[in-house]
Amino acid sequence: MIATERDATAAAASVTGAASGASDVQRDITQAWAALATVPDPEIPMISVVELGIVRDVRFAGDVLVVDLTPTYSGCPATDVITEDCAAALAVAGFATTRIAMQLTPAWTTDWIAPEGRRKLAAFGIAPPGSPAPRIDVTGISPLRRAAGVVPCPRCNSPRTRLIAQFGSTACKAQYRCDACLEPFDYFKPH
Amino acid sequence: MTSTTKTESAVVAAGAAVVPLLDYLLRLADSDLVLAQRLGEWVGKGPVIEEDIALTNVGLDLIGQARLWYGYAGEVEARFAGKGRSEDELAFLRDSPAYRNLQLVEQPNGSYADTMARQFYFDQWHLRVLDALAASRDARIAAIAAKAVKEVAYHAERSVDWLVRLGDGTDESHARMQAALDDLWPYTGEMFAVDTLEQSLIDAGVAADVAALQPSWQAAVAAACAEATLRLPPGTWMQGGGHRGGKQGVHTEHLGRLLAEMQFLQRAYPGAVW
Repeated sequence: MIATERDATAAAASVTGAASGASDVQRDITQAWAALATVPDPEIPMISVVELGIVRDVRFAGDVLVVDLTPTYSGCPATDVITEDCAAALAVAGFATTRIAMQLTPAWTTDWIAPEGRRKLAAFGIAPPGSPAPRIDVTGISPLRRAAGVVPCPRCNSPRTRLIAQFGSTACKAQYRCDACLEPFDYFKPH
Repeated sequence: MTSTTKTESAVVAAGAAVVPLLDYLLRLADSDLVLAQRLGEWVGKGPVIEEDIALTNVGLDLIGQARLWYGYAGEVEARFAGKGRSEDELAFLRDSPAYRNLQLVEQPNGSYADTMARQFYFDQWHLRVLDALAASRDARIAAIAAKAVKEVAYHAERSVDWLVRLGDGTDESHARMQAALDDLWPYTGEMFAVDTLEQSLIDAGVAADVAALQPSWQAAVAAACAEATLRLPPGTWMQGGGHRGGKQGVHTEHLGRLLAEMQFLQRAYPGAVW
């Protein structure tokens, strides 16, 4: 759903910049978004890089198709793989000259994960991030403790869950345990 | 003090004026990298698997941040030296006196209390520095800091949790946590010491004014200690107050050994890749 909206926005932006062949450009950009929507996140393969919200823009710079990617975490080891996978998917879709640009600003937030992506995370057993992501306040003594919202169990939906560790199988996830069904699970931390 | 463009041109215009920026970026990068290397030493040795994973994930965040700072540092260097060093050259081919990290982060891991005390002091500082840098006049610094501060918020939350858990735990864990805080306290002084190089960048709106962050840091540390039933270390004597600490390349004996291990492969087999 979100991807479709972005298609329209990106295409509209490109059309304004193209003197001729506007509809070709629009079609190409729509196809590029579609190709990128097939690229899974290497560590959370049930959602695509588009659903993860890390594809920020698709545009043409001359004849070169440019994809703006933003990393989830500074040290995310999947970033290089994602870059290669995106280029490969675009090549398969027929784009000969592409460039994957890394963009830091604005910083990625879990608020950009598409609703469909959240649903897929939960279906896979990963509790989707709380939303909106918490604002960081360093003016006083906070954040000594962040107000920990309830993280419902992705399996049985019980609110009776507890934090085991602030970091899980990847930097972007925490480990929780459900006191109702006793299953451990990952929580995608709001970021 | 008027616009980003003006400040950038002031910093970049003269070759000599670029050097402070390079040095400052290395201070940020080196503290990240050295602490990440220390945390990496815990791999396979964590007290429980969750902690093993958490320590290395924090280290991974810090390496990611270090790479961003090194990447920018290399570009800044290229502006006046023609060619800038790569991330790997900066990390693996500089000796101890060329490192600009805080002395705190090179201190050995010790017990879990020592590791978490070091992390606690650093996280509370790091969080505030990055938050301030997110408003830097240097757009690149601001972008990196805005990204990193979100990661460090989780580091800070976690190290406070451990301070409280160990401090307000058993008699043994309390005693060890207190000893760790006391031992590392003197190294926190240089976090807030500003030398002329840093001051010039603070004046340009590029660097974080760490001296101004000290009260907030101290209040947070005191509050966390109180919750952990620990006493704020009483000593006022501080290491490296101003012009002869880690930020100026003066290090404790521990950094050389850390670098010897970290840099061995590139020193023995220059240019090796895998």
